[in-house]
Amino acid sequence: MKKYIIKRLLTAIPVLLMISIGAFVMMNLAPGDPTDLYVTPDATPLQVEATRRALGLDQPYPVQYIRWLTRALQGDLGINYATRYPVLPILVSRIGPTIVLMGATLVVSYLIAIPLGILSARKHGTWVDNLLTGGAFVGVSIPNFFLGLGLIYIFSVQLSWFPTGGMSQLGGESSFLSVIHHLVLPVTVLSAFYIANMTRYMRATMIEVYGENYIRTATAKGLAAEVILTRHGIRNALIPVITIIGTDLPRLVGGAIVTEQIFQWPGLGRLTIMAIQQREYPMLMAITMLSAVVVLLANLLVDIMYAVVDPRIKFD
Amino acid sequence: MENKAVLEVKDLAISFRTFEGKVQAVRGVNFSLNKGETLAIVGESGSGKSVSTKAINQLLPKKNTLIERGEILFEGKDLLKISEKEMQAVRGNDIAMIFQDPMTSLNPTMQVGKQIAEPIIAHKGVSKEEAKEKALELMDLVGIRDPKESYKNYPHQFSGGMRQRVMIAIALACEPKILIADEPTTALDVTIQAQILDLMNKLKKELDTSIIFITHDLGVVAQMADRVAVMYAGQIVEVGTADEIFYNPMHPYTWGLLASMPTLEVGQTDLYTIPGSPPNLLHPPEGDAFAARNAYAMEIDFHQEPDLFKVSDTHYAKTWLLHPDAPDVQPPLEVQRRKEKYQSLFSGQGQFNRIGGEAIGSRG
Repeated sequence: MKKYIIKRLLTAIPVLLMISIGAFVMMNLAPGDPTDLYVTPDATPLQVEATRRALGLDQPYPVQYIRWLTRALQGDLGINYATRYPVLPILVSRIGPTIVLMGATLVVSYLIAIPLGILSARKHGTWVDNLLTGGAFVGVSIPNFFLGLGLIYIFSVQLSWFPTGGMSQLGGESSFLSVIHHLVLPVTVLSAFYIANMTRYMRATMIEVYGENYIRTATAKGLAAEVILTRHGIRNALIPVITIIGTDLPRLVGGAIVTEQIFQWPGLGRLTIMAIQQREYPMLMAITMLSAVVVLLANLLVDIMYAVVDPRIKFD
Repeated sequence: MENKAVLEVKDLAISFRTFEGKVQAVRGVNFSLNKGETLAIVGESGSGKSVSTKAINQLLPKKNTLIERGEILFEGKDLLKISEKEMQAVRGNDIAMIFQDPMTSLNPTMQVGKQIAEPIIAHKGVSKEEAKEKALELMDLVGIRDPKESYKNYPHQFSGGMRQRVMIAIALACEPKILIADEPTTALDVTIQAQILDLMNKLKKELDTSIIFITHDLGVVAQMADRVAVMYAGQIVEVGTADEIFYNPMHPYTWGLLASMPTLEVGQTDLYTIPGSPPNLLHPPEGDAFAARNAYAMEIDFHQEPDLFKVSDTHYAKTWLLHPDAPDVQPPLEVQRRKEKYQSLFSGQGQFNRIGGEAIGSRG
């Protein structure tokens, strides 16, 4: 197991390198130049050139990349062009809020969706199932921005139950309760999709598992329905569900771009939009690499979880 | 005979609702199972043999299954009338099952020992430790090597034959009165099949369990059965002791089955086959369901369903050929040979003995 994890971590290094090269190339292939945003429209070519040199953009691309890479390996992710602040502290300050938002979303979603999916599967073909499946279809289909704006209109503007955005009251203390209060609407918006998606998935896997011969064996043993469900049904249904959880995990850091924007959530999503709009290359590279690392770690975690849940999977 | 029956199935009829309509899978089946006996139910795929026995333990999908009529009497109570809770107490405890596919019939994420201990805990109200003790005994009984070590193993670490042994151990865990084996050796290769059959015979003697053995392999029947019921198109067309069915068959369908059995006898060249295919039970044919495939069919077979004619106290067949007015017909050559062999054995002794499976060149 230990050996396996080390091996996986080592193979992640070339993957990360490839991703960084890919991200770098694509960024530079995109039209536009960061300097356009930092010089006045009447700047002379000489002034533009000076700005480019100051940002290090005058160098050939391979040199720029190598320079970025050597610095990044030493923990220096570059500076923010506009503010001249280092990228790393900005990035770190934005991770927390996003993890809070997405963590709350995923926990709430799974806690609701997994029981709903099981219920739907056990009531397969009844009105309960039809209602849940219909609801899940709506949840998957409804766009975040639409649901978000709708909820803000109803619950913030009309009813004033929840704040329209942000993570804590302006000028107020950012207490735990205040954060929860601010979380309700964005988590609701984000959960709509995750609940719907997971409910559908859980339902499908449960129906499949209940068609398996070993469930028939369990029934023939004379076990009670609840015992069959918990001991034979759910555990086997969770194996494929882990894959879905694995693909959801990276969204802990990058999953809520639109929703963060709507609710003015001070997280990575908004930072990403800003970095793209302002062509903050070092920031974009940093966010891309962070996402890549999280995806690779999530995959590793999924594989480890498989081995925990499914005895057929062993690492050698 | 009636009074020692542990199970009686009376006029059982089962349909399945499908998109095309109602499929009449079982159309009025009667049979009884006596204490300590093995009843084999044979017939081709779709003849209703699995469905009738799954109905006993109520393992048919509730959603589209329709029990049209009938009774399943176990110890005097009709299993079709009791509640699901009461049924749970019967399943695995009084009536246990072994299934066709050992590769998929065990929970892949649960230790095999625990799977064997599970029904013991559920039915016998014993502690986990006691159940484990009993499970270890059972594993030893069914011939699983090193039970202590194997207890913690998962199904994927077992071969098909070993998994079927685990299934048998699960089925026997509560020492059931009836064991229903639904083609338990179909998925296994021949040597393993022989071991499993031997094991079942041995356990039957030791535990005095009654067995319903479902199969389409007549070689297996010869090795296992005391009595045989032949099913066709959702009905039992002939029932009798194993000797009666093998050596004095009366129904043309049974003739077809026996004639199409490979033997080791010299001189046999082509294997006999029954022409055509079974009727669609969405719209069962009028008259005898087998008539269209039956070389011996008479006019009446196409219009009126045959009665069940009595051949002996234990032997009944559902064919108009047994009617006093029916013409005398000669069964296929292969079946005639069997009858001759039977008669020579029968005439030599006052009463007939069970003729061993090997005499008919079984594949077992």
